[in-house]
Amino acid sequence: MGIDLPVIWAVIIGFGLMMYVVMDGFDLGIGLLFPFVRDPTDRDTMVNTVAPVWDGNETWLVLGGAGLMAAFPLAYAVLLSALYLPLVLMLAGLIWRGVAFEFRFKADAAHKPLWNTAFAGGSFVATFFQGVALGAYINGFVVTGPSYAGGAFDWLTPFSLFTGLGLVVAYALLGSTWLIMKTAGSLHRRMIRLSRMITMALLLVIAAVSLWTPLAHPAIAVRWFTAPDIFFFLPVPILVLATTWTMLQVLRGETNVTPFLLALVLLFLGYSGLAISLWPHIIPPDITLRAAAAPPQSMGFALVGALFIIPVILGYTAWAYYVFRGKVKPGDGYHH
Amino acid sequence: MVGISALMLARIQFGFTVCFHIIFPAITIGLASYLVVLEAMWLWRKDSTYRDLYFFWTRIFAVNFAMGVVSGLVMAYQFGTNWSYFSAFAGGVTGPLLAYEVLTAFFLEAGFLGVMLFGWNKVGPGLHFFASIMVALGTLVSATWILASNSWMQTPQGYEIVDGRVVPVDWLAVIFNPSFPYRLAHMTTAAFLATALFVGAVGAWHMLKGHDTVRVRTMLSMALWMTLAVAPLQIVLGDAHGLNTLHYQPAKIAAIEGHWQNTPGESAPLILFGWPDMAAETTRFAVEIPHLGSLILTHDWNGNVPGLKAFAPEDRPNSTVVFWTFRVMVGLGFLMVLVGVWGLWLRCRQRLFTCRPFLRLCVAMGPAGLIAILAGWLTTEIGRQPWVVYGVMRTVDAVSNHSVLALTMTLIVFVVTYFAVFGFGVTLMLRLVGQEPGPHDPGLYQPGSILEAERYQRSARPLSAATDEPAAKN
Repeated sequence: MGIDLPVIWAVIIGFGLMMYVVMDGFDLGIGLLFPFVRDPTDRDTMVNTVAPVWDGNETWLVLGGAGLMAAFPLAYAVLLSALYLPLVLMLAGLIWRGVAFEFRFKADAAHKPLWNTAFAGGSFVATFFQGVALGAYINGFVVTGPSYAGGAFDWLTPFSLFTGLGLVVAYALLGSTWLIMKTAGSLHRRMIRLSRMITMALLLVIAAVSLWTPLAHPAIAVRWFTAPDIFFFLPVPILVLATTWTMLQVLRGETNVTPFLLALVLLFLGYSGLAISLWPHIIPPDITLRAAAAPPQSMGFALVGALFIIPVILGYTAWAYYVFRGKVKPGDGYHH
Repeated sequence: MVGISALMLARIQFGFTVCFHIIFPAITIGLASYLVVLEAMWLWRKDSTYRDLYFFWTRIFAVNFAMGVVSGLVMAYQFGTNWSYFSAFAGGVTGPLLAYEVLTAFFLEAGFLGVMLFGWNKVGPGLHFFASIMVALGTLVSATWILASNSWMQTPQGYEIVDGRVVPVDWLAVIFNPSFPYRLAHMTTAAFLATALFVGAVGAWHMLKGHDTVRVRTMLSMALWMTLAVAPLQIVLGDAHGLNTLHYQPAKIAAIEGHWQNTPGESAPLILFGWPDMAAETTRFAVEIPHLGSLILTHDWNGNVPGLKAFAPEDRPNSTVVFWTFRVMVGLGFLMVLVGVWGLWLRCRQRLFTCRPFLRLCVAMGPAGLIAILAGWLTTEIGRQPWVVYGVMRTVDAVSNHSVLALTMTLIVFVVTYFAVFGFGVTLMLRLVGQEPGPHDPGLYQPGSILEAERYQRSARPLSAATDEPAAKN
């Protein structure tokens, strides 16, 4: 038997994408929250909480793409061409948002509003189309041979538009709870209030997706609601409810780190639910991990690097976060 | 969309996005190493000139790096979105190479960039220097992997084709394919040279503006030493690369030279200028130097060089384009040598900082390295056509099934975004380099200064430690 390369690679890519969702999730969330915060100093503080780390966070998305190409070239080819338009719009959003980190601090006063808009708008567009791509992924793709055989707009469905908005809510919660942890004073208190509302919105989103998905996809319904599997999967919805309840309790008073950790738990549970629904397909509804796998020589070669290097990456990423630990306050000498 | 095929639109889209992209990494590679040198000089000599220059160039580096990251992100997805048949066919080779680039380079750059840009007062000087080195190392490692991947597409080795797709059988042969060492040396040197010219142009511009300070003189002097050393080296490397290409991709060389007919026993001339006509199979208005083509390409007075007619019409790259892109690159290369040599001559006569015609030439040559890089890449990539993997897969078989409509829409999105975003970014960079490099002392900060850059520097560097705890900012 030996090592099951496709499964190991699915776990690595799954891990990379989850790192991306979590880490760029709170970066993008900060952009999504820009419309709710008007004070320029507060906005600068918000951006400064992620300025030293956003670039590393986004790199997980590149790893997702490159890892997919290395381990599942068929999936890379089919998924990316099927999701062509939403991915291009997502990339355009990430471009506007990414350069805004630098430009909004270095542009002159006349151009700063433009780059504030680019930061918020880019974050929204990128998040929304990531969510749309996710919804389209759950819906599945038409494939013949080694290529996508559907239309250019197959991704555009009510469900995918809803998951687009759903991801906006999810990232906004990551952003607001991150800011609870990283800021102080009025901004910190505002984020606590805001997080309460976003948590409730997210619960509604999760409930809607959890009902909509099995209703629209009988195979997924069978996966979830057949004994004895249902007893293994039951903890997922129960934990979602418990985590949401805890979050709402915690947000009643003063708090720092807990809401962000709970938001991570919620994201992880949603991610697990998705994995349960789709496993072992990498191109839903029909193509499995094994069918899309690269030659073993490719997977094995790349695996050596991944297993040695990813722990090192996690190490120095953790160190960078450690260097910039603690709350970010608006600088005293800032407005002289 | 009269007469433009989906294939052509896909090629235009890739060419457009990759041409914009390559400018930024080229400057990133050069500046990252330059910043390491500046920081090393500061730590070694304790001469504040180097620290001031470090901070001056760090701001430009940060803007440039951000543009490189976001434009590079697009490239990581283009192979799948636009070239899905290529990815499904050759992803087993190019995918792991890109994955290694991300794992060994991108994370290294990104992980240490934050400390490099924002950590001057948060970590000790040794650790900060280490972060700068890691960022520079990351840029070079990144170039290594991506050029291995590109070179494999030019001169594929170490693979078999099984069930209609590429299967790697010897990774060392894949990575160290025949054109890789030449391409790596040529491109890395090009990045250093382009950066040296850019830095030199900035220094010369400030001298012309009368900003005659030790900082500006140091910047200009360092850049000109670098140009003097690297420009001639680049010509040697380019020559070696050309010989390698003649061996593995003779059609590319024939197209570059506008050389159609090889007569056995006769030498090939060097066509200085002309207009290669693909339909008529001849180079019109050719200005030739007898024997020189043979001498350059074979290092032999009467050497034989294959002509384009030796290849079937459907296997020929477009000679009209690569003939000229190649000449732009080489012409600029010789001008760069001139800058280096003239600089040395003026230096010996103590006139380096005062000779205004020379300073004006330096300013004019600021973008020359980047233009040469673009011209060189256009030459090698268009010269690889009609193949995407040379001799193995044709470009026409690699492209995704998108409609002309979908490709037009996305191309518009890219063109609008790139011109707006990178147009603004380049303007910003030019304005940052246009500010006189001052001493890095926040005490000199003037209220009401036009740029917020200083404010940014202050906010990122908590120097008001007396009134604020160090961890309070960013």
